Amino acid sequence: MQNNAIDFKRQVTVKLADIKLQGALSRLQSRFVEGRSAVISEIADLPETRNAAAAIRDRVLNDLEHWLLQFEQQATARGAIVHWAETDEDVNRIVAGIARQHGVRTAAKSKSMVSEECELNDALEQAGVEVMETDLGEYILQLAHEAPSHIVAPVVHKNKEEVADLFAEKHQLPRKTGIAELCREAREILRPAFLNADMGISGANFLVAETGSALIVTNEGNGRLVTTLPRVHVAITGIEKVVPTLEDVSTLVRLLPRSATGQSITNYVSVLTGTRGDADHDGPEHFHIVLLDNGRSKLLGSDMQEMLRCIRCGACMNHCPVYQNIGGHAYGWVYPGPMGSILTPLLSGLEKSPDLPNASTFCGACAAVCPVKIPLPDLLRKLREQQMERGMKSRQETFMLKAWAWLALRPNLYALATRIAVRVMRLLGGKERLLHRLPGAHGWSDGRDFPAPAGRTFRELYRQGGRK
Amino acid sequence: MSAREAILGRIRNARNGKDRHEQAAGATEAIAAHLARHPRGPAPAMPGDLPARFRERALKLSSDVLETADRKEVPTLLARYLNERKLPLAGVCWPSLIGLPWSSAGLDMQSRPARDSDLVGVTGAFCAIAETGTLMLLSGAETPATTSLLPETHVAVIDPRRIVATMEDAWDLLRQECRQPPRAVNFVSGPSRTADIEQTVTLGAHGPYRVLLILAPAR
Repeated sequence: MQNNAIDFKRQVTVKLADIKLQGALSRLQSRFVEGRSAVISEIADLPETRNAAAAIRDRVLNDLEHWLLQFEQQATARGAIVHWAETDEDVNRIVAGIARQHGVRTAAKSKSMVSEECELNDALEQAGVEVMETDLGEYILQLAHEAPSHIVAPVVHKNKEEVADLFAEKHQLPRKTGIAELCREAREILRPAFLNADMGISGANFLVAETGSALIVTNEGNGRLVTTLPRVHVAITGIEKVVPTLEDVSTLVRLLPRSATGQSITNYVSVLTGTRGDADHDGPEHFHIVLLDNGRSKLLGSDMQEMLRCIRCGACMNHCPVYQNIGGHAYGWVYPGPMGSILTPLLSGLEKSPDLPNASTFCGACAAVCPVKIPLPDLLRKLREQQMERGMKSRQETFMLKAWAWLALRPNLYALATRIAVRVMRLLGGKERLLHRLPGAHGWSDGRDFPAPAGRTFRELYRQGGRK
Repeated sequence: MSAREAILGRIRNARNGKDRHEQAAGATEAIAAHLARHPRGPAPAMPGDLPARFRERALKLSSDVLETADRKEVPTLLARYLNERKLPLAGVCWPSLIGLPWSSAGLDMQSRPARDSDLVGVTGAFCAIAETGTLMLLSGAETPATTSLLPETHVAVIDPRRIVATMEDAWDLLRQECRQPPRAVNFVSGPSRTADIEQTVTLGAHGPYRVLLILAPAR
């Protein structure tokens, strides 16, 4: 998918003014944030479970070569064919090749963010394969020619009236108004697509090295349908998704849906291994697994490796005050929110997404809820450091940061300067104790007033209050 | 160089400088040891009555639950359930269940995999999981996956003695009783659902609208 993150600042202004989007985002926040908090406590020892989950991911990442080989060997032994893709274009070429090889004309697709990285649908259409998205959210987006704005709830930015209008126009059926009726209509339209598809395309939440299996979590059942009915199944995922054993994947499945949607478990967890048996009545005759690198391998051994632990639950964006206010599209690529603000620069270039590492208040909510304990604010800070080192910051910002650093290294001077500054700002704040303009830092005061300091520095107040 | 070699080469080089030799020598053994031990992570303690816990959790997931001490009563329970909801009294079941007295309860049950037009699908379950109220279904010639997927009503007949505490226990049972995982292991937790439109949960997305669990001991 084309990276439009360069346009971030302009998009933020647009999204903040979008009243419909703001309504949708508050709905997401209440449902997913409260939902998680209601069920995460079901995990008896959450700190230990998160430690275990992080350790499972680290075990694989620290020796990804051998775990991938173990997975490939097991998957191949069960009749799957494992493909390796360096780039998004390689994925498209490989999948189009599989379609050609098996004479595929129609494909039914379950949600896959990796396929969004590749814009696989466009590539397949060009290869003459008709692709139908079957996840309700992704289906709506396909009809509307839009990109997902959340990795778990892709169509969070649309309300039901918009979906009703879209269905009425595209399906040429009487306009429905209730959410249940809209879902029913999509079910009836999509059922033939499942039954007639030559090929099913899915992602894989995890790959199990022990058994060579692909694991998929879904709620709608479309993931089961596309991996059960068509004669060819292609699962596309990132090389980092390997997990050692069935026990390890059980620990991660305990955390993933709770962190994502506030469900104790998703409706369906499917562990898919190999092709259909001779006597089986269902299941694909051909099972292809496509492993995408697309910049992931270069993170191994770097100070960004922890990002590869990510299990794509979306908790970081649900809890992020920046995402909660601007939604996913502003981030300009497949992955929004804190994880996207790190992944997008890492996978598709820091120079193409200079604002993303700075799209954070460093409040730490993302790290606090991350089920695999990715230190997201630390990684964002490291990207900011890289921007400084590579001279990617504006002259003004560089000067301000250098000036601050110079001052901070001289404690007495720093104390004097801050004592003067807080008094001046207190005076300027007047009776309202609000500053309308901050020269040189207008980003903080353009949209709202900046609260004036109390008039004395923390150190002064601390000394006065005495040490307790 | 193939993409496979290039990717694996980059991964290998990333480890350069860190314990490369040590790692190369010990890696295969370390992996084999972890796979052989397959250690468990922390799991919730589940004291007491597993069927009671299973039932409570399943109800929370919008499954319906019925119980009988006599498996021969299953058709009667199902007929009553379908009648109450004005659902058709016909369906398909797994071959192992065709011996139950379906027709004397007024049900037209056929032993075959489900087709799109079938409205009721009756399955057994490999086991069930109390922690989350979940069924574990294995695909196979005698246990077609479509029966729990295509019909609008999925009915699962479960032996309460086959209710285990956690997913880890379910995997242990699979290792004991099967040489390897079948093509598909499906964990099913209630009727299919979506919350894609306005984050409002709607039951019956692409899979069943309702799931009825009947706890009935096998003879």
